[in-house]
Amino acid sequence: MTAVHALLVALGAAVGAPARMLVGQWARDRAGLPTPAGTLAVNVAGSLALGAVVGSGVDGGWLALVGTGFCGAFTTFSSLALEVWDAMAEGRRVESAGTVGLSLVLGLGAAALGYLVAG
Amino acid sequence: MALVPARLDGALLGTVALGGAIGSLGRWAVGLALPHIPGTVPWATLLVNVTGAFAMGMLVAFLVDRPGVHRLARPFIGVGVLGGWTTFSALAVETVQLGETHHVQEALAYVTGTFLLGTLAVAGGTTLGRRVWPGP
Repeated sequence: MTAVHALLVALGAAVGAPARMLVGQWARDRAGLPTPAGTLAVNVAGSLALGAVVGSGVDGGWLALVGTGFCGAFTTFSSLALEVWDAMAEGRRVESAGTVGLSLVLGLGAAALGYLVAG
Repeated sequence: MALVPARLDGALLGTVALGGAIGSLGRWAVGLALPHIPGTVPWATLLVNVTGAFAMGMLVAFLVDRPGVHRLARPFIGVGVLGGWTTFSALAVETVQLGETHHVQEALAYVTGTFLLGTLAVAGGTTLGRRVWPGP
């Protein structure tokens, strides 16, 4: 089963990671939003989705494919941390605090919503 | 620094898909090695997020003033591997679960610790990267 789960994680991630890039590029180049807005969008949407997946109680292969694979790769912490640090290092305090605050409020809120609605 | 290039094509999407799959398999393996005990801090997610933030800092330090790097290198590592290795959705859902089971202290420590250590890790990775690769 472990090998099958690994394959499902890789499959979900192979969709989730490029989807994150598409959202980021669209937000920046089409909607004209700053880079952190694209990261916030994928993180909030992915948290809502993972909340629903975990809340619904699915496990095994579905959790590996949609949860660990897709939602895990669609959302990111490394880019978020980079954006927070960049803003901080360049003295944009409001932007760095706002990025952390919005990620927490909207991200945790979305996860809780998905978890409760599906649970 | 923009990790996402302005133009997207098949090679770029495929590269990011491959990197994301590799990074996510690593995150999944860490989760198997460090199973989450309910009601406690999820160490596996904390570990991947902080190390991924550190690696992101190093990557950015390496890429500064290096126009000769292959155009797919940055999206492969930055967007793909590190994006797949780290995750925000697990952080959010695990925090909600800790709160829901009345482990409020653990939830606060987990989420605060992740952001604090993650931001410091980017700074540390950038500093180390600049020492290792002082630039052209």
